[in-house]
Amino acid sequence: MKWSIEVGRYDRSQNPSGPNVHGYPPPYEAAPAKRYQIFEVELDDQAMVLDGLIAIREYQDESLAVRCACRSAICGSCGMWINGKANLACTTKLREVAQDGKVRVESPPSMPVIRDLVSDMTPFWKKNLSVRPWLEGKKPVPQGLEEYRVPNAAMENLIQEVSCISCGLCLMDCESFAINPDFLGPAALAKAYRYADDPRDATVKQRLGDYSQANGIWECTHCYMCVDRCPKGVAPLDQILKLRRMAVDAGFTNNAGTRHALAFAESVRDSGRLNELTLLPKSVGLFNIPAQLRALPTALNMLRAGKMPPIIHHKIPGVDRIKNIFKKVGGLFK
Amino acid sequence: MKVAFWPGCVSKGACPELYVSMQKIAPTLGLELHELTEAPCTGAGVLTEQNPELAYSLNALSLAMAEQKGADLMTICSTCQGVLSGAQHKLAADQALLGRVNGVLADSGYQYRGTTKVKHLLWMLVEDIGLDKLRPLVKRPLTGLAIAPFYGCYILRPEEHLGLLEKPERSTYLERIIELLGGTPVEYFGKSKCCGFPMLTFNADTSLKMAGKHLAEAKTKGADLLVTPCPLCHLNLDGQQPDAAKAINEPLGTPVFHLPQLLGLAFGFSPHELRLDHHVVNTKLALDKVELKV
Ligand code: SF4
Ligand code: SF4
Ligand code: FES
Repeated sequence: MKWSIEVGRYDRSQNPSGPNVHGYPPPYEAAPAKRYQIFEVELDDQAMVLDGLIAIREYQDESLAVRCACRSAICGSCGMWINGKANLACTTKLREVAQDGKVRVESPPSMPVIRDLVSDMTPFWKKNLSVRPWLEGKKPVPQGLEEYRVPNAAMENLIQEVSCISCGLCLMDCESFAINPDFLGPAALAKAYRYADDPRDATVKQRLGDYSQANGIWECTHCYMCVDRCPKGVAPLDQILKLRRMAVDAGFTNNAGTRHALAFAESVRDSGRLNELTLLPKSVGLFNIPAQLRALPTALNMLRAGKMPPIIHHKIPGVDRIKNIFKKVGGLFK
Repeated sequence: MKVAFWPGCVSKGACPELYVSMQKIAPTLGLELHELTEAPCTGAGVLTEQNPELAYSLNALSLAMAEQKGADLMTICSTCQGVLSGAQHKLAADQALLGRVNGVLADSGYQYRGTTKVKHLLWMLVEDIGLDKLRPLVKRPLTGLAIAPFYGCYILRPEEHLGLLEKPERSTYLERIIELLGGTPVEYFGKSKCCGFPMLTFNADTSLKMAGKHLAEAKTKGADLLVTPCPLCHLNLDGQQPDAAKAINEPLGTPVFHLPQLLGLAFGFSPHELRLDHHVVNTKLALDKVELKV
């Protein structure tokens, strides 16, 4: 079969000032000094995208830069954009992604590029390192042949994250990272959870405090992109949400994220519905005057358009049923 | 077709134009709306995040209410769809959880059996009503309008909950509808991205930049308007658009329609009937192209 592979070409060493593009600038196609080159390759219909790229490098253009090693979704080195989605080239079949025999591959615009399909993963490794991805063991440290003993059940929570191959796909397409390069991102926070919920670690409280800071767990927009992108079922968002619950339980509640969740829950408990009118003021904090003022023009715009929710927030009929469910399941947060 | 209709809190709160336009077009579509007036807020993912069992119990109550009406549950909000689909998914996979949840519901007069389907209007248009039935309803083709679809995260992700593994074409329904109504779909990256709303109240800067980025991209690609099946996206893309423009330091000014408003326009309803005069971003520029006055 004939496949047409369009490859985004770019060489950082030739363009010292750019385009370490962060986030696609609209229109993305205009990214400076990046060009697309089309290659035709002959391969059977079981071929992976990576087979196509290797065929190009071996037989057509040896200057094509592509990173790979295991060819079986283990080493995590072949992550790239395939038709605009972060994916592993070694496990993606050409026929699954090609439209009329055509497929486009490039390095994702959210990461710096070294050359062609090779992204500079420095931001990814820095983020991972910054969450202290190691155990700081509880005292006393077991001596001699002894080791820490933990129940199996405690380890089961961590298995999901342990499958991570550090391919960075989740970070490449993370929506919050595309806006804020300092966001710790899905993989690092999933790893953070893995250590924070390990019964052998002695620094859980400090971890939860650290991860609750700016650019941490409350910087995630809850878009599920990382869940769908991850080739290993790590579901980073789920791990981030576990961290949020742990942080709130540990008392790290003085932040807008927690206030938002609390105000939301209160509104549903008391009226059965979301009260949009009090959600924002309660989230930013009632005494956070600058934030309250900042929201004012928007409120006025909405008021003018006839879009403000009714000042008197109505309860749904049968609200007692709802209150009862809150009471039975217990508390707001657990 | 009888449906158990869940309008969602936002269409009853800050986006009344969505509720009104849905009610307007329902008879044309042959939909008999039996509203779930006693169902609670889905929790928009916030409750699931803080207390999953609480959220599953509340959502099981809504699902059971639909079961009692003997009809599929129809949503008009991507977020409600995502949360309800997610709850259904969990409850179907975990019998012990289902038992506990039904225990919580015991004295509410409802039990969730797991028989109801939850479908967004967008899915019903294609899968239940059918494009062939829709075509003859178009009285005023939206010819000449470049329309950018904006799905919202929760009607697409996670794919496993939203039926996209079995029906990947669900990620193209908006484009199909736009074409059927006579408009031209605009292709752009932002269509399946996050509007930023989930973070608006606690992380306004990132949230607004997110909205601004997708709006700017759609505009650059020539969109006259955006259409969304999610009122929460609408709140960020329309309600916050002036602030989003400030956040990204670029002029915006692209109106955002709710899906029922777009359908209603093509079915021949007036912009006023569809409350297209109740938006923060003036819809006039887009409407002028189909020669309609607000
Ligand atoms: S859910 Fe959060 S961490 Fe995952 S991709 Fe979206 S913003 Fe990033
Ligand atoms: S969490 Fe998944 S997508 Fe992210 S780096 Fe690990 S394996 Fe890759
Ligand atoms: S080559 Fe190792 S993961 Fe693809």
